[in-house]
Formats: sequence, structure tokens, C-alpha cells
Amino acid sequence: MTVAPAAAPPDERMVTAGLTRRFLQRPELGAAVGALAVFVFFAAITDAFATPSGIANWLDAAAPLGIMAVAVALLMIGGEFDLSAGVMTATAGLVVATLATEYGLNVWLAFAVAIAVGLLVGFVNGIVVVRTGLPSFIVTLGMFLVLQGLNLGVTKVITGTVQVGGLDDADGYGSARALFATTVEIFGADVRVTVFWWIGVTALATYVLLRTRPGNWIFAVGGSAVAARGVGVPAARTKIALFMMVSTMAALVGTMQALRLTSVQANSGIGLEFEFIIAAVIGGCLLTGGFGSAVGAALGALIFGMAKQGIVFAGWDSDWFMLFLGLLLLIATLLNLYVRRRAEVMKR
Amino acid sequence: MVTTRFTKKRALIALLALPLALAACTDDDGGNDAGNEEGGGGGGSDFTFAVVTHASAGDAFWDVVQNGAEAAAEDLGIEVTYQGSGEPDEQAQLIEAAVSDEVDGIVVSLANPDAMREPLASAEEAGIPVITINSGENESASLGAITHVGQTETVAGQGAGEQLAEAGVTNLICVIHEPGNIGLEQRCEGATEGLGGTVENLQVDINDVAGAQTTIQSSLQADPSINGVLALNPAIGVAAVDAVAGAGSEAQIATFDLSGDVVSAIEDGSILFAVDQQQYLQGYVPIVLLKLYQENNNIMGGGLPVLTGPGFVTQENAATVADLAEAGTR
Repeated sequence: MTVAPAAAPPDERMVTAGLTRRFLQRPELGAAVGALAVFVFFAAITDAFATPSGIANWLDAAAPLGIMAVAVALLMIGGEFDLSAGVMTATAGLVVATLATEYGLNVWLAFAVAIAVGLLVGFVNGIVVVRTGLPSFIVTLGMFLVLQGLNLGVTKVITGTVQVGGLDDADGYGSARALFATTVEIFGADVRVTVFWWIGVTALATYVLLRTRPGNWIFAVGGSAVAARGVGVPAARTKIALFMMVSTMAALVGTMQALRLTSVQANSGIGLEFEFIIAAVIGGCLLTGGFGSAVGAALGALIFGMAKQGIVFAGWDSDWFMLFLGLLLLIATLLNLYVRRRAEVMKR
Repeated sequence: MVTTRFTKKRALIALLALPLALAACTDDDGGNDAGNEEGGGGGGSDFTFAVVTHASAGDAFWDVVQNGAEAAAEDLGIEVTYQGSGEPDEQAQLIEAAVSDEVDGIVVSLANPDAMREPLASAEEAGIPVITINSGENESASLGAITHVGQTETVAGQGAGEQLAEAGVTNLICVIHEPGNIGLEQRCEGATEGLGGTVENLQVDINDVAGAQTTIQSSLQADPSINGVLALNPAIGVAAVDAVAGAGSEAQIATFDLSGDVVSAIEDGSILFAVDQQQYLQGYVPIVLLKLYQENNNIMGGGLPVLTGPGFVTQENAATVADLAEAGTR
């Protein structure tokens, strides 16, 4: 392993690229341009969008999505999907709320249990995918339905109703809320603390992906699991760890939502899994794995959040909401693609 | 090469222009708004009110609420926006957006009162009056709303149960179509009290009415002693008619709320009656009340909810309601 490549000509892959070229090679460049375009568009046509409280509003909508999109992006770079991630947020919220209100557990303890449930769900997803070789699309779809059923069934059995509320009276609510759900005043606007979590998670994920060995493993197993295994990457462990990371992140986000709303509905979270995937793809992740970035996924979530709230600020007819949202996302993605193509041309 | 690049570029430009064009289509409102704001100094009635409900777009019941709110806006010459989302966090964000937009009043449905506590507090802080509609009458005042306009769900359920008992129903299934909605659970509880017989709750999904029909049908087939179906939504009520026919069951059907189809089913006798909460009023009245509050500081209801129902539509009065339901106001 330590043979010196004394006389060998330098590998063209190892050549250090110039700063501009390295910038243009980034997968998130297109998403950044898309995000800027969406921002300028809504800032121009509405009054409230670019005000501090308007910005706080769409950041708030983007943050939970962004945290999950970054986690899902890592999994997608690793070549797998998790369709159970959306419902998992509700599962975690229900675990926290039920344990804290029905069984009098401290919120922090309930949170620990929710994280444990997240680890377990991710482990089951991962081990089944790795052991059977079934597409993760199918395996996690099964988990999605299982969790959906458990959410409603268990909640109904324990509480006799379909929403668990009153979390704000539980022990430890105040301190948990201060960390996970409170707002911080910046420029006169109440910015949700989840926004900072989002930034932190994105930074951490970027570091892991680009600067650590597990980051290399993730790219490797997503590019080709067989080849990765061939060069000694622990492919199975990497994938299982990714699934566990996604479910655990879902548990974190679910807890944040529960603390913020002080109640959880048994049917929430359904459909969110696609928003996570959409945000990751807008941000430059390939559906086939092996390529993508955490910053890109965060920007994808930002585009999604801005478009969602921007339509509201613009006062467009709500009957057409999904059409507007779909078109905006398509345009942002096309712009992303266009920028990336141009960048590739300029690179040569 | 040049031509392909050119067309590609043009396609991109066309796509970019599309939302602008769409925005322009809906810009009539925006134009009005701007005009209103200019006149805002002198006149007193250039208000913008935001209606934020827990219903996703395309729900027949909430469409009537929206029609009511928009009709009130037109009659009063003011601006009303209507938004909705079934996810509590999204509904909360829609309220926050209305607060950021500095509207003059907010109308909100309280399917999940706890989740609305925080955004409504920021509305209160911003001095924006709030009226709650539909479910959540018990929490309305504690969330700082000036009035609640709706129907008491338990009482309405009880009434439905009594009517069904009169029609000879002893074993009823109560079809819940939105698993997270507390108001629906209360209706079924009320029906249980009113009926005095066996009531089994059945979960279906309003986003999959065909699936709901098969679920109802199989539970009728599984237990032939079921002789009544109580639907809590007009689309589910109509699905129940097909399910009863498909199962070869003799069960009698009642439903909450009206649609054109439900009224004709009542006319031909396949649905016994509909509990009508006259939701058009839940759209129309709050807009009037908010205007009165803003202009004249009037508050209606005296701390008690303003009730819009329950009324019962049966074979006798169905014909008069039929045309109105078709027009989307009943």
C-alpha cells in the first residue's frame, strides 16, 4: 500500500484543478442558481417575501425539510431510498408525545426512546435491504405502511383518540423546546431554531462526505457496491448505517415538530418522504446513486420552502397551488441542469 | 448545432416565463389589492382577510366554505385569500405567512388546536383579529379568537344517532375519513350516545374514495347484522350507497354534509338524511364578522359559538336544497 509511485506519470485524476474549475464542478452550483432565481422572482412580485418576517416564514418551512433532505441525500448517494422517512417523523413525534403525556416520562427521556426507535427502524430497513438484496424502494415502502398502521393503531389503543396533545405540560418540555423548537429574534423576525439545526446538519454532512473515510465509502457503495466491496469498503455496514442515520434524523425532526406544535396527529408525515427525495434531487443527487451533495440537498429544500410559501405570499389561487409548485420545481430543476451543462462545457 | 441550442434556449425562456404569465392571470386580485391600498387612507373598508383551513384542495365540503368566503368578499367589496393544508405544521406556517403579510383578519379552522396555538399567538401579538370556524369551539376562546362559527360536533352526532335509531338502526358503522381529525371522533361518540345501540368506527382515507367504498363493502359483508352506515363526508356517503348495494346489504345510510350527489341520493331514497352544518355560512359569516369588528368593534356570539347547524335534509326538503347544492352554496 505504501509503494512510492516514483517514476509513474501523474494520474490525470490527481491533477489539482484551478479554483474556478473546482467551483464549476460542484454538484450544488445549479441548485444555488435555482434558489437565487426563485428568491429574486418572489422578492420582486410580492411585498412580504423579502421582509425579515417573510424570510423567517419560508426558512421555517424549509428547515425540517432541509434536515431530512440532507440525510436522505447521503442515503441516495449511497445508492438507496427510504420511503418510510416521512411517516417515521410522525412515529417519533407520537412516541415522544405519548410517553410524555400518557406515561409522565420526562420529555428528554421520551426523546431518547424516540431516537432508539429511529435507530431500530433504520436498522431493520438496512439489514433487510442488505441481506435480501431487494430494492430499498420496496422494503422501505413496506416499513412506511407498517409505521402508518402502528401510528394510528397504537395511538388509538393508548389514548382512545387520534391526536396526542398537551405536551407543553410535560416535565422537561421547556428545556427541550428551547433546544429544538423555540424561536430566536433576528432583525425583528422570529427565526425558528430548526433553521440553525439545518445549517449545522448540512455542515456536518458535508464534512463527513468530503473529508472523512466513511464519506468515501458512501460515494463508493453508491457508485458500485460490488466494486466497493472489492476494494475493501464495508458496503453492508455503510448502507445499514445510512438507513439508521436517516431514521434517526427523522426521529429528531419528528421530535422538533411535536415540541413545536405541542401535539401530534396520528396521520401526519404521509407524503413527506417524496418531498425529501425531491429536495435532494433538485440539489443534484442522482437517483442512481454515487453522486450528489449535502449542500445541494439543503439548497433543494430551500427552493421547495421558498416556492411553497412564496405562492402563498403572491396570493395565487390556492386551487392551483400544486400546479404552481410543480412548475416552479420543474423550472428550478431545468435551470439547475442548464447551469450544470454550461459548467461542464466551460470546464473543458 | 446552432438551431438546437437556439430552440433549447427558447424553451427555457418560455418555461421561465410561464409562472409569470400564470401570475399575471391571477393578478386581477393583486391589482385590486394595490388599488385598495392606495385608497386605504381615506376609506375604512379596504380590508384583506386570510382564510386558512385544515383541508387540502379539492375537498367538496371545503369548496363550499371557500365559495362562501369569496362571495362575502365580493358582496362587501373586500379582499379574501383562501389557503389550506391537512398537515398541521403547514397550516401553522400558512397562518404565519398571513401574519407576515399583515392581513386585517384571519379565519382559521381548528382541527388541531394545539398546533395553532403558536401562530395564533403571533397573530394576536400583531393585533390581527382571529375567528375560528368548523371544529375546535372549546379551544377557540383560549387561542384568542374573538368568535367561533361552527357546529357542535357531539350534538350533531347525537342528533344523527337519534334519527337513525328512529329509523330502526341498531348496529351502526361510523366511517371516519380523516384519521387525525378530532371533530370526526366526536361525531361518532355523539352518534353512539344518540343511537343507544352498537356503533363500530371504521377508518378510511378521504384521498382514496374508491378504496373507502371497498372497505365499507367488506365490513358490511363481514357482519350482515350491520343495518346502518353513518358517513361523515358527502363523498363517503355516496360511496357508502354503492358499498351497500355491492354488499347486497339492507343497511340504511346517513351522512354528514351535503353535495349535489347526496341530495339526489336523498331524493331517490338511497340516503336517509344528511346532517347539514351549512358550511357556506362558515365561510361567509366570519368575513362579515371580521369586517364588523374592524369597522365597528362588534363581536357576535357573546362568548358562545355562533352555530351554523345541525340541520337535517330529508326526502321532504331535499328538492329545495338540490339546486343550491348543485350551485356549490349548500
